[in-house]
Amino acid sequence: MAARTVPIVAVAPQGTKDGAFEYLTTRKDELIGWARKFSLFPYPFVTACCAMEFMAVSASPYDTDRFGAALPRFSPRQADLLMVVGTVTHKQAPVLLKVWEQMCEPKWVMAFGACATSGGFYQNYATVLGIDHVIPVDVYIPGCPPRPEMVIDGIMQLQDKIARGSHPILTKTF
Amino acid sequence: MAASALETLQQHLVPTAGPATLSHGCLVFTLSPAELVPTVRRLRDEFAFDIFLDVTAVDWPADALRFEVVHHFYSTLHKVRVRLKMRVAEADAVVDSLVGLYGSAAFMERECHEMYGIVFRGNGDLRPILLYEGFVGHPLRKDYPKQREQPLVPYRN
Repeated sequence: MAARTVPIVAVAPQGTKDGAFEYLTTRKDELIGWARKFSLFPYPFVTACCAMEFMAVSASPYDTDRFGAALPRFSPRQADLLMVVGTVTHKQAPVLLKVWEQMCEPKWVMAFGACATSGGFYQNYATVLGIDHVIPVDVYIPGCPPRPEMVIDGIMQLQDKIARGSHPILTKTF
Repeated sequence: MAASALETLQQHLVPTAGPATLSHGCLVFTLSPAELVPTVRRLRDEFAFDIFLDVTAVDWPADALRFEVVHHFYSTLHKVRVRLKMRVAEADAVVDSLVGLYGSAAFMERECHEMYGIVFRGNGDLRPILLYEGFVGHPLRKDYPKQREQPLVPYRN
């Protein structure tokens, strides 16, 4: 590439391109991870009292929209993030599995609250002792119910995980 | 009002339905399974007990008559409650159904049937209502293991 003979001007003249900002370099995974981590479309699978906390953290005082994670999709086919909010019973487990199977890749799962994480204080004939018996989970949020700050922390940890991960888009390796 | 209604009820029902006690303002009759339907019919038709509140059971594993089936009724006219209790053995845990008297009995008897295994003679639809098809056993019996799970989806690990 030939050496520049003219100095770079900070502001390009109207209608022309600025040579300094024609392109930038980045890693593919970093770029896609950055884009994906701020566009999480959650599907709320809400079964129990944690729903109140989910509403609180979605509303303006805590505002999960700041993380790009506030547009609930009411079809799992349009969602990337499955938020399992509340107790899952054995009778519901096939429904949860079907919802998860309908989501397109890439997809992540958040276990919201003690019951979704581990069954919580239930240990009986009815309750699944943690949704990770049925579907894989990316981030667990403890608490009965979790504080909004814990939910936000969970979303941020999930964002870090997405940003660090590999994001194949064309083939299995790229 | 409530006290006088209870007194009348006690006078009229005790001869046929056995002795009654008062428990927290609720009149309690202990009777035999055969007396259930006639007593409930009188409660409904003569004493205006228009709401069937609940049917459940109590498990006494050590007793010969293991299960105590408990019915609750409420009168919106007199504002009083009545509880009927009857004992049945495990081998013959059969009680007459009340679907002919109260339509709401159908669902509540289904729940009592799946949780305790009480059979309600005359209720034609005793499928599980809260549990799922294929569930083995009756989870609210004392001898159902607390930690026994019957998952519908095979566990991942």
